[in-house]
Amino acid sequence: MAVLVAKRTSADVEMAHGFKEHATWSPYENNGGTCVAIAGSDYCIVAADTRLSLGYSILTRGHSKLFKLSDTAVMASSGFQADVRTLQKNLEARQKGYYHQHGKPMSCPAMAQLLSNTLYYKRFFPYYSFNVLGGLDTEGKGCVYTYDAVGSYERTGYSTQGSGAELIMPILDNQLKSASPLLYPPRETATPLTEQEALEIVKDTFASATERQIYTGDGLEIVVINKDGIHKEYLDLKKD
Amino acid sequence: MFRNQYDTDVTTWSPAGRLHQVEYAMEGVKQGSAAVGLKCKTHVVLASVNKASSELSSYQKKLFKIDENIGVAMAGIIADGRVLCKFMRSECIYHQFVFEAPLPVSRLVVQVADKAQVCTQRSWKRPYGVGLLVAGLDEAGPHLYYNCPSGNYYEYYAFAIGSRSQAAKTYLERRFETFKDCSRDELIRHALLAVKESLQDEELKSTNCGIAVVGADEDFHILDGETLQSFIDTLEDNKAEAKEAAPEDPASTSGGGEAGPSAGAAEEPPAEATPMDM
Repeated sequence: MAVLVAKRTSADVEMAHGFKEHATWSPYENNGGTCVAIAGSDYCIVAADTRLSLGYSILTRGHSKLFKLSDTAVMASSGFQADVRTLQKNLEARQKGYYHQHGKPMSCPAMAQLLSNTLYYKRFFPYYSFNVLGGLDTEGKGCVYTYDAVGSYERTGYSTQGSGAELIMPILDNQLKSASPLLYPPRETATPLTEQEALEIVKDTFASATERQIYTGDGLEIVVINKDGIHKEYLDLKKD
Repeated sequence: MFRNQYDTDVTTWSPAGRLHQVEYAMEGVKQGSAAVGLKCKTHVVLASVNKASSELSSYQKKLFKIDENIGVAMAGIIADGRVLCKFMRSECIYHQFVFEAPLPVSRLVVQVADKAQVCTQRSWKRPYGVGLLVAGLDEAGPHLYYNCPSGNYYEYYAFAIGSRSQAAKTYLERRFETFKDCSRDELIRHALLAVKESLQDEELKSTNCGIAVVGADEDFHILDGETLQSFIDTLEDNKAEAKEAAPEDPASTSGGGEAGPSAGAAEEPPAEATPMDM
């Protein structure tokens, strides 16, 4: 998985005072936030907190990180909000074009591939956006796709990205560990949980991450995708 | 319209100050099967006559969605229309991306008109051979525009293009002032009746016509076969009752067409009081 960090490079300039300096302006900022997605046998849950931060400040408590791409695909993204928004707009435009050309909306797996290609397209000036895509595949089963900033992706039963990912992922592993794709005979990647059980886990993990993480909190937006459509829920999280 | 020595090139003026190639392109629109559009305060309805090249083939599609709030009906060279459709769709997507708002219909038709005009002023091009009835809703309300191969565009309360469109136009001309207070379903019925005028002897079926609607609370969509057939059946019911109510029903179809809506209006609270022209 790619990580974006500042490095010592040949852009360091020898100065009169003897030690080197390098340019401090960065085109990126991290607005924080955490995203989670869990796939079930016939549903998918995508959730993200609603806090937008900058350094130690809060920009807003009520910003949605979820974006509906179609009736069967919802994307949650954290990272640099400007890049996130542009990525969302880009995908929305591509999805419309696809619909006009093919007479049907993009399926979730198709959207997953498109997202990966869109991210890799900017391999040398990436979208600072950490995404999870959740929805229903062409058979109506829940699917979750998890990405890094340059488009490396994988279909899994659950995933998390963003500031609280390191805190939440171990909990999801503990509760939902899906079978390895190396197993033979193959085992279901979708978690054998009910919608309600999965929802409880999502709420608990966010509450826990909020306790120990400054970039996660304020509010939690949850979206459940199943054959009946898309159902939205909102809960408060701690605001400190 | 006779062949003359000034009509070889679109960039050649005739001494009378006409561009014959452009006029010929407009003739091409008149040869295509009919398309009708009409609007009320809240909705715009498009109707088309669908021709099949043979019994074995499917009917030519002439109604296309451009965006959630805009759609077109075309008459003429449908291939040219399809290309313009693609252009309109991409313009709408671009506008939505840049401005995060839907493209107003009036702007879209100007862009199409400008594109059409280019083809009337380049020696290596030819005018588009398709007329577009653009139906859309934006902040300014419901709109119906007609885009001409000449590069002109006009806004209409109601209009018809294509072959035998004059019959439909006559139907619309008599009633267009009443359209603005029509309900969505009444408007669809009027559209079907106007299309019926263009069909003349042929029977109106859900296979040889198409209806599309767009409204404030309704994204542009084409009615499916079943819904369409139920509207057509309602027309028949109205017409059958009208035939019983008016025994001196003349044999001519235009009289029959008149009997339908007038009697229909008498049954529902009459929004109009059109006298029966005999």
